[in-house]
Amino acid sequence: MWRTPLLKTAWFLPILIAAVVLPTYAQSPTYGLGRPASLEEIKAWDDAIHPDGRELPPGSGTAVEGAKVYAAQCAACHGKTGTEGPNDKLVGGQGTLNTKKPMKTVGSFWPYATTVWDYINRSMPFNKPGSMTADEVYAVTAYVLSLNKIIREDEAMNAKTLPQVKMPNRDGFIGDPRPDWESPHSRAPETSKQ
Amino acid sequence: MKSGPSNRRRFLKSGVGLGAALVAGAEAGLAADDAKTPAVQPPAPDDPTKVQGRRASAYGERSRFEGAVRIPQGQSSLTPLQAMTGIITPSSLHFERHHAGVPDIDPRRHRLMIHGMVDRPLVLTMDDLKRYPSVTRIYFMECSGNGFRKRGEGTVQEAHGLTSCAEWTGVNLGLVLREAGVQAGASWIVAEGSDAAKMTRSVPLAKAMNDVLLAYGQNGEAIRPEQGYPVRMFVPGWEGNISVKWVRRIKVVDAPYQTREETSKYTDLMPTGKARQFTFEMDPKSLITFPSAGQKLQGPGFYEISGLAWSGRGAIRRVEVSTDGGRTWKDAALQSPVLPIAYTRFRYAWKWDGSEVVLQSRCTDEHGDTQPPLEALVKARGENWNYHFNAIQSWKVNKDGNVENALA
Repeated sequence: MWRTPLLKTAWFLPILIAAVVLPTYAQSPTYGLGRPASLEEIKAWDDAIHPDGRELPPGSGTAVEGAKVYAAQCAACHGKTGTEGPNDKLVGGQGTLNTKKPMKTVGSFWPYATTVWDYINRSMPFNKPGSMTADEVYAVTAYVLSLNKIIREDEAMNAKTLPQVKMPNRDGFIGDPRPDWESPHSRAPETSKQ
Repeated sequence: MKSGPSNRRRFLKSGVGLGAALVAGAEAGLAADDAKTPAVQPPAPDDPTKVQGRRASAYGERSRFEGAVRIPQGQSSLTPLQAMTGIITPSSLHFERHHAGVPDIDPRRHRLMIHGMVDRPLVLTMDDLKRYPSVTRIYFMECSGNGFRKRGEGTVQEAHGLTSCAEWTGVNLGLVLREAGVQAGASWIVAEGSDAAKMTRSVPLAKAMNDVLLAYGQNGEAIRPEQGYPVRMFVPGWEGNISVKWVRRIKVVDAPYQTREETSKYTDLMPTGKARQFTFEMDPKSLITFPSAGQKLQGPGFYEISGLAWSGRGAIRRVEVSTDGGRTWKDAALQSPVLPIAYTRFRYAWKWDGSEVVLQSRCTDEHGDTQPPLEALVKARGENWNYHFNAIQSWKVNKDGNVENALA
């Protein structure tokens, strides 16, 4: 194939650039094990989706189209409207996170729409993961977002529009303050007695 | 098949049989885990010195009189902590947690790809990985959901069995990343497994370059399939889910990818409605494994209270035991070796006077963090969280010697 020699050359280019332009970050291999990954190999596996959507593939789908996919592929586990279960509820719960009975769903809890696409694409449907086309994943993602009233029914989800969807709980996450409990030593003065 | 009343009755009957075996096991006190000791097997010879024993075997098995087993629950199984000696969990008893089953992987065909913000994207075979300088470390692992759901219920295995400790052998991930040449601006990695969930988690680059392993060995042999055969990422001290098993791809990136497992799951909801995210480290925790719920003391007298303590932030410095429900505490003996990010076995000599008592342990790690009582956690976090549960566990010894779970 005509591309192979070109790719082999291209593989060395970053090293040359790194060695000349970025001496601080140039790290030459000590062990030299393994072989270079080809662009084709990388492309075939590179499907975890950055929140900015950079790895999203071509394709498109609306909620109207997604309703059919959902009924066929998802409803058995997630319920007819995404609320009935038996598995994770996908719809509803907005406004419940600070109550005694929080309901965590895609609509109420998930901070990024790209995660919905990514998770459906990599893991769903449970009995046949990775079997849906990109169009189907866009469509069913659009359907779940639309059931949650985050997008309109006729809004097409694709590599450009999906990362722009602002999820209701986008700002609902905070850092890790642990250890966050009071020391039991301070409340138990009899500790040292005996 | 027709599931008529007779089938149901047979099912119930066998259930009762199992229950009776469990009760019989429990009554044996220390040998409480011999539930599986089958009545159908021939008895051992009266005098083993008078008969030839069995011949050498290819792959060993434990004595047929030992019956401690995991409790499988579909996508997870629980380690019988009450049956463990020392600090190493045998590979056959190491807890499991998977999200799409245990994949069947031919190591000759397995590939690990390193790509993203690196100078030299790499594909490594298992043979390649094993040629790198190796490291061996003893580390505990704990599912971050361990202990919460069944708090106050059942045995130490049922309530806390999603933790184990093993010897792991592999390559430093940082070494492999340096071989690939990490580029400026990189700050995280995304690791992906070869299971049907293609389990994906983001790890800060600083941790990845520090002590993370690509582990292919467990307790002296190849890592078990349910632990990630032929190779898993092992992230010491951090919640179990992040140690992606059956790892096939590591992408060096500039931000966390906000995967389902680090947004929808493995985050802790606070009373304000905000959820803590990227809560990686496992907090200091200890458990008395003997005496513990389901066991029975054979009468007043001497017992060695024994248990396990660990912290995801380092070594255990101190374990205290209370035999009066937390009113007073005394230091337990720490048994060598006391290793960072590993189980530490503690022991405490105790004379039971036959009265009703509540036994507790609490540990302190090298940073001075002490395992809290449940109220302290609820005060800090409310009621809607469910990960990183490390409350002090209470076991009540009744006058008849039966031990029960007494976590309020």
